[in-house]
Amino acid sequence: MFKRISASRLGELFDRIASKQMLYIPADREDGAAEYRRYESGMSLSKALNTVRSAKDFFFPQTENLAEFRVEGKKIEVRDIREECEDFVIFGVRGCDVRSFSILDKVYLCEPVDSFYKNRRDHGTVVAMACTRPAETCFCTAFGIDPTMPGGDVTVFPDGEGYFFLANTEKGEAFISMIDDLLEDGDASALMEVQENTRRILKKLPFANLSTESFGGEKLNEYFNSDKWGELSESCIGCGTCTFVCPTCQCYDIRDFDTGNGIKRFRCWDSCMYSDFTKMAHGNPRLTQLERFRQRFMHKLVYFPANNNGEFGCVGCGRCLSKCPVSMNIVKVMKALEVK
Amino acid sequence: MNSNDTLIPLIGVVTDIRQDTPDVKTFRVVSTDGGKVFEHMPGQCAMLSIPGVGEAMFSITSSPTNTEYMEFSIKKCGCLTDWLHQMDVGQQITIRGPYGNAFPVETALKGKDLLFIAGGIGLAPLRSVINYVRDKRENYGSVQIVYGSRSKEDLVDYREIIDEWMTDDGISVNLTIDNPQDGWDGHVGFVPNYVTELNPDTNKTVLVCGPPVMIKFTLSALKELGFDETQVYTTMELRMKCGVGKCGRCNIGHKYVCKDGPVFRCDELGELPDEY
Amino acid sequence: MQEAMKERAKQLLADGTVSRVIGWKRGEFAYDTTPAIFETAEEIDRDFVYDDFTAANVSKYLIKESRRDGKILAFLKPCDTYSLNQLTKEHRVIRDNIHVVGIPGGPKLDIEKIKARGITGILGVKNNDYTLEIETLYGTEKMPFYEAISGKCESCKSRKHVTYDELMGEEGEIAESNRFDMVEKLENMTSQERYDFWREQLSKCIRCNACRNVCPACTCENCVFDNPKSGIDNKAAADSFEENMFHIIRAFHVAGRCTDCGECSRVCPQNIPLHLLNRKFIKDINELYGEYQAGEDTTSKAPLNDYRMDDCESSIVHERGVE
Repeated sequence: MFKRISASRLGELFDRIASKQMLYIPADREDGAAEYRRYESGMSLSKALNTVRSAKDFFFPQTENLAEFRVEGKKIEVRDIREECEDFVIFGVRGCDVRSFSILDKVYLCEPVDSFYKNRRDHGTVVAMACTRPAETCFCTAFGIDPTMPGGDVTVFPDGEGYFFLANTEKGEAFISMIDDLLEDGDASALMEVQENTRRILKKLPFANLSTESFGGEKLNEYFNSDKWGELSESCIGCGTCTFVCPTCQCYDIRDFDTGNGIKRFRCWDSCMYSDFTKMAHGNPRLTQLERFRQRFMHKLVYFPANNNGEFGCVGCGRCLSKCPVSMNIVKVMKALEVK
Repeated sequence: MNSNDTLIPLIGVVTDIRQDTPDVKTFRVVSTDGGKVFEHMPGQCAMLSIPGVGEAMFSITSSPTNTEYMEFSIKKCGCLTDWLHQMDVGQQITIRGPYGNAFPVETALKGKDLLFIAGGIGLAPLRSVINYVRDKRENYGSVQIVYGSRSKEDLVDYREIIDEWMTDDGISVNLTIDNPQDGWDGHVGFVPNYVTELNPDTNKTVLVCGPPVMIKFTLSALKELGFDETQVYTTMELRMKCGVGKCGRCNIGHKYVCKDGPVFRCDELGELPDEY
Repeated sequence: MQEAMKERAKQLLADGTVSRVIGWKRGEFAYDTTPAIFETAEEIDRDFVYDDFTAANVSKYLIKESRRDGKILAFLKPCDTYSLNQLTKEHRVIRDNIHVVGIPGGPKLDIEKIKARGITGILGVKNNDYTLEIETLYGTEKMPFYEAISGKCESCKSRKHVTYDELMGEEGEIAESNRFDMVEKLENMTSQERYDFWREQLSKCIRCNACRNVCPACTCENCVFDNPKSGIDNKAAADSFEENMFHIIRAFHVAGRCTDCGECSRVCPQNIPLHLLNRKFIKDINELYGEYQAGEDTTSKAPLNDYRMDDCESSIVHERGVE
C-alpha cells in the first residue's frame, strides 16, 4: 500500500518506468534552472523546487498541429493529422501544477471537449511530489492547496533518504504495479517528521496569510472599475512571460503556416498581455496595456471563479513572481486591490 | 485518431456570390454533396476560412427555414474578407459551427410585436431572424424594421427589402440614409434619431445590431422612449479564434461572446464591464 | 545614495522643476523592485528604492512619459544614459521634457544567480563588505558579492554618464571592458559548434517577447512580428527555423543602434544569452567601420546609416564565411 524506495535506487526505478512508457522528469539545465526532460538512463532528478516552464506543456503544448489542408485550384481537402499519443509519465509534479491540471480540465474538458487536450490527458500519468522546501515566492496555500499532499495519480513523499509511493487513482495503481517489485516496506516515522517540518515552514512563508477572501465573481464591476489598475499596470512591458510560465494560462491563437507542400493549421499559446490579442480589422476593445493587464488578473481572480463555483484561476506556484521582467505580479495586484 | 474536433473544419462550396453594396457581398454556401453544411438558429455564427489566409467568425444571414443553403453577408475590411471578395463561384472554403446562442425566436420572442433596428452590415444577423419570422408568421405579432446605412448604395439586401419585405402584410419597413443623395426620397438621418422620430410602441420587443457606436446611441434612444432593457436584444462581435469559449479572447467580463453570446439581452449586457 | 536621491527628488518635485519622478519601487522581497512613477513626496518616502537589485533600465518608459504634461525626473545609471541618448537621436523621446539625474551604476545583483546555488526561501539579502549574507527560511547563507552580479554588469562598458542635467556621486570613466571575450570564443568555434551552441540556446525560447519589449532600441510602433501584413507575425515558432530567426532578425534590426545595455539577457526567463548576438554586431561594426558606440552622443551618424566610399564591400560576407 504505502511502500518506499531508497534514494540510491531512484535511477533503477526511472529505468524501469522508462522501459515501459515515456518518462519525463525535472532535470537541471547548465544554467542551473530546471526543466522537464525525457528521461534517459543516468539522468538525475533536479533538486530545484520547480521547473521554469510549468507542467501544462504536456497537455497543452506551446504549439500543436490541428489539421493540414491541400489546396488545388478551387478545391480544399482537410486532413486530420492527429495520432493517438503514447502513454507517458510525468514524474515530480508539485501540488500547484497538479491543481493547474484540474483548472485546465475545466476549460478544455467541458463541452465541446477539446480532443487534442483530452488525448494527452488520457494517456498521461501524473506522479506528484510532496514539497519539502517551499520558496519565498510560494503561495499555493492561499488557494487551498496542501503541497505536502499534492495528489496526482500517484503521490511521492520524500523522507530525506528515500521516497514513499501512494496510488490515488486507477492509473496510479497501474503505475505502482509497474514498479511494485522495486518498492519495500519502510518506516514512515522520518517521513512524518519531514511533513511536519514542511508544514511549519509553510506557516512562516511571507505570503502565508495572503487572503483570497475578497476575490471571486461577486464584485466583478467593483474590481473592474478600480482606480488601482493604472498604477499597477504602468510598468508592464506587455510581454508574455507571466502568461507563458503560468500553469493555468490557457489562451491560444490559431494560425496557418504554408509548408510549401500544403497549409498546416496549428494552435499556439497566446497572451492577453499582447497588443494584438483582441485587435480586429475595425477596432480593439483593449487599446492600452492597462486594459490588457487588467484582463489577465480579472480573469484569474474574478472571471474564472465567476464561471467555476468560486475556484480561482491561480495556483500560487510563484513562477510569475520570479520571472516577470519588472517584478509585477498577482500577489502585488491582490494586495493592492483587496477590498477589506 | 478519428474522433472529430470542433476545431477541424468541414468544406463548403460557394455556389452564388451577390454584390450587395460597394463593400458587401453575400455568399451562398453548400456542402460538397449539396445541401446545408449544418443546421443553425437565427443569430448563430460560423467560422469561415481560406487555409493560409485566415479564419474568422461571421453571422449566418440566411434563415434556418431555408433548407437548401446558408448565406453570409460579408463586408470587405481585412485580409480574409479581401480574399473572400475576390473569389469566384465554385470556390471551396472551410466552415465550422454553428457557434453561440441564438435570438430566442422559439421562446421570448414568440407572440411578440417585433422591432428590428439595424445599421449597415448589422442587418446580416437580423436578416436571419426577419426571414425566420416571415416564414413562421403565425407565431409572431407585428413586425417593424428600421434600417439605415451611409447611403442608398450601402443598404445591404436592398432588393430583398423592396421586393419581399415591403410587400409582406404586417411588416413595415423604415429606411434611412446618413446624408441626402440624388434619387433618394426616403428618410435622411442617423438610425437612433430616426427611431426616436418614429416613436414606436413600447410594448414591442426590440432586436438591434450595427456598429458599436450606433448600438450605444440606439439603446439610449430606446431608453428615453420608455423601453425597458429586458425588452431589447443585441448581438456582439469581438475577435475570436476557437468559437467555443476556450481560446480566451472574446470575453466581456466573465461572458464569452462566442459561447454565452453573441446574442445578449441588454440588461445582461449592462451588468458586464464596459469593454466592447 | 538612496536617501540622497529621495531628498533630491522631493526637492525637485517641491520647487516645480518636475512633476513626476521615474525610479524604482520596492517589492515584496529584498530583490523584486519595479520601475515606477512617483508623483508625491509621500509615495517617494514610502516606496522609492535604489539598491543592489535596481538593475532595470528605465529609459524606455521615457518614450511615453516625455510626451505627457510636465517634466519628468529620470534617475539614470551610466549605461541607461546611452539608451536615452540613442532614443533622443532617433527622436523617440522629447529630451527637453526629461530632467536627467545621473546616478552611480552597478554592479547590480541578479537574484537568479543566488537561487541557482540552491539558495531558496530568501527573506533578506545583505551586502556585508562584498560578502552577501542571505537570510532564508532555512538558515543564513553566504556567498561572494561578485559571484551574484548581473550579467549586464559583469562586463561594464562605462561608468561615465553620456547625458545628464545634474549628477549625484562621483563621475566614472569609460571602462576597459572584456565584453567581447565570449563573442571571440564563439567566433573561434567551428561553424558546426557555433550552430549547436545557438540551437541549444535558442531552442529554449518561449517567444514571450520580453527581450523585444524591454529593449530600448525596439521602439517600432508596430513590430514586424506583430504585423499581420508582414507574413511573419507568428507568436510561436511554426518550426525550428523560425525559432532561430526571431532573435537573429531582431539583432539585425537593432544593429548599430543597440547600446549593449544588456536588458534582453537580464529579462529572459530562459536565460538565453541574447546580448551575445548584439555584441557580435557591435564587434563587427567596430572592425568593419571603425570604433562606434551607439548612444555615446546624439549627433554622429551611425555607420550603418552612413555611406562612405571606403566602406567595406559586401563580398566581405562571403570572405568571412570561409573557414
